[in-house]
Amino acid sequence: MSESAPEPVVRVDDLRVAFPTLDGRIQAVDGLSFEVSAGGGLGIVGESGSGKSVTSLALMGLHRGSRADITGTIEVAGQDVNKLTDKQLRAMRGNDIAMVFQDPMQSLHPQYTIGDQLVEALRVHRPDVSRAEARKHAVEALDRVGIPFPGKRINSYPHEFSGGMRQRVVIAMGLMCDPKVLLADEPTTALDVTVQARILDLLDELRRDLGMALILVSHDLAVVAGSVDEVVVMRHGVAVERGDVRTVLSEPEHPYTRALLAAVPRVEVSRAQRRAQDRADRAERERGEQRAAGAATEEAPAQEEFAAFAPQEPEGEREVLLKASGVGQRFKVRGGLWGRSTDFWAVKGVSFDLYKGETLGIVGESGSGKSTLSRMVMRLLEPTEGRIEFEGEDITHIAERRMRPLRRDVQMVFQNPYSSLNPRVTVGDAIGTALRVQGERDTRKIKREVQELLDRVGLEPSHYNRFPHAFSGGQRQRIAIARALILKPKLIICDEPVSALDVSTQDQVLRLLSELQDDFGLTYIFVAHDLAVVRQVSDRVAVMRKGEVVELGDSDSIYEDPQSEYTRQLLNAAPVLDPDQARELRAERVRERAGEA
Amino acid sequence: MTAPMDAPESSQHAEPEAVIAGAKNAAGRSLRQIAWQRFRKDKVGMAGGIVVILLILVAIFAPLLTAWFGYPPNQFNQQLVDPLTGGVLLDPENPALGLDPWGGISPDHLLGVEPVNGRDLFSRIVYGARTSLLVATVATVVCVVIGTVLGVVAGYFGGWIDTVISRAMDIFLAFPLLLFAIALVGVIPDGAFGLTGNGLRIGVLIFIIGFFNWPYIGRIVRGQTLTLKEREFVEAARSLGAGSAHIVFKEILPNLVTPILVYSTLLIPTNILFEAALSFLGVGINPPTATWGGMLENALRFYTTSPHFVIIPGLAIFVTVLAFNLFGDGLRDAFDPRSSD
Repeated sequence: MSESAPEPVVRVDDLRVAFPTLDGRIQAVDGLSFEVSAGGGLGIVGESGSGKSVTSLALMGLHRGSRADITGTIEVAGQDVNKLTDKQLRAMRGNDIAMVFQDPMQSLHPQYTIGDQLVEALRVHRPDVSRAEARKHAVEALDRVGIPFPGKRINSYPHEFSGGMRQRVVIAMGLMCDPKVLLADEPTTALDVTVQARILDLLDELRRDLGMALILVSHDLAVVAGSVDEVVVMRHGVAVERGDVRTVLSEPEHPYTRALLAAVPRVEVSRAQRRAQDRADRAERERGEQRAAGAATEEAPAQEEFAAFAPQEPEGEREVLLKASGVGQRFKVRGGLWGRSTDFWAVKGVSFDLYKGETLGIVGESGSGKSTLSRMVMRLLEPTEGRIEFEGEDITHIAERRMRPLRRDVQMVFQNPYSSLNPRVTVGDAIGTALRVQGERDTRKIKREVQELLDRVGLEPSHYNRFPHAFSGGQRQRIAIARALILKPKLIICDEPVSALDVSTQDQVLRLLSELQDDFGLTYIFVAHDLAVVRQVSDRVAVMRKGEVVELGDSDSIYEDPQSEYTRQLLNAAPVLDPDQARELRAERVRERAGEA
Repeated sequence: MTAPMDAPESSQHAEPEAVIAGAKNAAGRSLRQIAWQRFRKDKVGMAGGIVVILLILVAIFAPLLTAWFGYPPNQFNQQLVDPLTGGVLLDPENPALGLDPWGGISPDHLLGVEPVNGRDLFSRIVYGARTSLLVATVATVVCVVIGTVLGVVAGYFGGWIDTVISRAMDIFLAFPLLLFAIALVGVIPDGAFGLTGNGLRIGVLIFIIGFFNWPYIGRIVRGQTLTLKEREFVEAARSLGAGSAHIVFKEILPNLVTPILVYSTLLIPTNILFEAALSFLGVGINPPTATWGGMLENALRFYTTSPHFVIIPGLAIFVTVLAFNLFGDGLRDAFDPRSSD
């Protein structure tokens, strides 16, 4: 080790982790090396299956007792994790390196007050510290992470805190023993954008003030960008690129990193730009395919086909497809004294017009009522008040039986491709069901149509008889899109269609949706929490908060010149890829918060 | 650019994602094939399964087995027993040698003979397996049918229907079943519903066991249905315009097959024990038809002189129940790896 450079607090050298499975050994991490100096910041980025979580568990020595086969060196604060005894390992966890997990709902014990848990975290390592002293320390730690009234809140139970606040408590727990390294594995993935920004700001502040090293593991390059100095990009257990965060993000060397960066939706790219790009890419691809098909094919059909793909611009007066006026949904919430139920308005007084051929983006954080709204438009829920008209027909309260023919025209793509496909039904049946329930009886015709559609959404027609578990998340979402398309609907409601997918898969699905809109003249309602995604697909955007529409308008003007305070906050909180811009936005957020206080 | 595939169901597992990613080789395999692969590795479950299959074969081929290795189950061999004590003689030719502590186990009588009547124990055990498995299996089928239908109806339709069915389940579970069974068997006539004698008694046993144990399955099915009907694929089916019948039969029921299969495998041993208990109490099947419970009851009078007479039927019940339980546990682990490991 060199004398001048600060000694690394974490050193990983040629780490390999393998798991034995039914299908043979899986090499989850394959020769990974990195160092983190004291007070440094390292980001580990990768899509699912890249081995980033396996790495963070290995750093904590949490693979002990599992079937994992680990070789290589992991040094934390000068100790080799692989060689420590169980007792030494326990002494290391919490003391030298503390971990913040993804889901704050599950990483706190529901039956103890947070105070008890914080005190416990300290006294496990320092038994000589008195209870009273440990408690004092806990109040300080809670204050440190920005929990208001820490002296009072220390006696609260985890369920009395919101998700973001809970994640702060988890971080406070990690701080109790003044660790040298804080390891945060997807600490903000389960949180809303504005909350995510605050947690990232907090981690950054702690790192600076306490001189603690930070290892931030995430699937999202933009989350890491503003918070670390160095970044490791992982793929299939291998670090494909490693270096200074600015260099990696501005001049990526490895093609994978480049592709990953290209796939990240950027909030500054408008719908028009994105569409133009997509269409150009597609035309390029079509030409390539035509060339590949060879000179044997005639010129004429090729041209004809090309004409069919030309964008259809709206002509003249725009036609209203769907009209919502003053729509509201009330849920009865049981609870309180004597089990009396109280009313909760998930959506209240929402009105909008949806024009044929456009995409209306609905953006909002969790609990904003965006999913409830889309289920009302879908008439999976009956609105409590207001009126919904589809092509001039009032569908607000019509019976399920009379709704059935209309179901042809309005379809939905659900958020979670893992739960929206029945695991016991083959892909072909899942898509064909739509035709069957709408009265088609000819099995061969159904099969033919389904296979055509599978081909159209980029899947093999021969996968007709496979079960959903044999497909990846992105492929499943394609299946779900095919299912929505088969009835040739006029309107498709996409409820967070890409939020469960990796960035590169997300990009492919967005492209597919955009192509289908061109080909079939579809109208979309696109519901999502990700501002960048919504901007790129929407002509108009509605921003929702607590069941109400805060702002509704043309997408570019909302993003360039937001009128409401809330929209502005959301835009400030959105993670950006440029590290310098991320820092500027952070500084602005800190100023704003100081102003509020 | 091909995406690093996120693997099936990674969202539902706590395992490291890369491990799951390896499962993508599973492409062509069905869930059932994967379960079978897992089950094959489970030695204990496999052993249980093999014993279960053997038992079923034994029950089916009882007449053949007894023809080859033994005697008709109801044939008396009183020359083998001491007429005074009823114990089994060591040597029938020479009664002066006293009683056989092994109960007359010989190449002729593989498991020895009964005291008093000298009936061949092997044959009676083999025929007893028939009765036990018949009653337990048919009763389980009755449980499953009633439990599944009512469970799905309660879970899917909810509201007052659910309330009525759920309260019915509570009532059935609180019923003093054993007392009721004793009383009912005591009052049944010799012939009813076109059945007589033991045919009728087997019918009554099946009715009692099946009709009063369905709430166990009913509750599980209802709970599963409640969660399944909130899943997005059910909403997706609704949004395609599917009606209740389609959703219940095409979307929900296929997902219930595994839990029902597993639970019925675990219900069979319970029912075997129940049948044995009823026969032991003398309210089951009438002699001379062989039942394991009935044999145990007879054996209690001879446990000092012929302990094998207690041990052998006891062991038969023990092995059967254990095998079914191990098999059921193995099935559950194979279909739902999250419940073990």
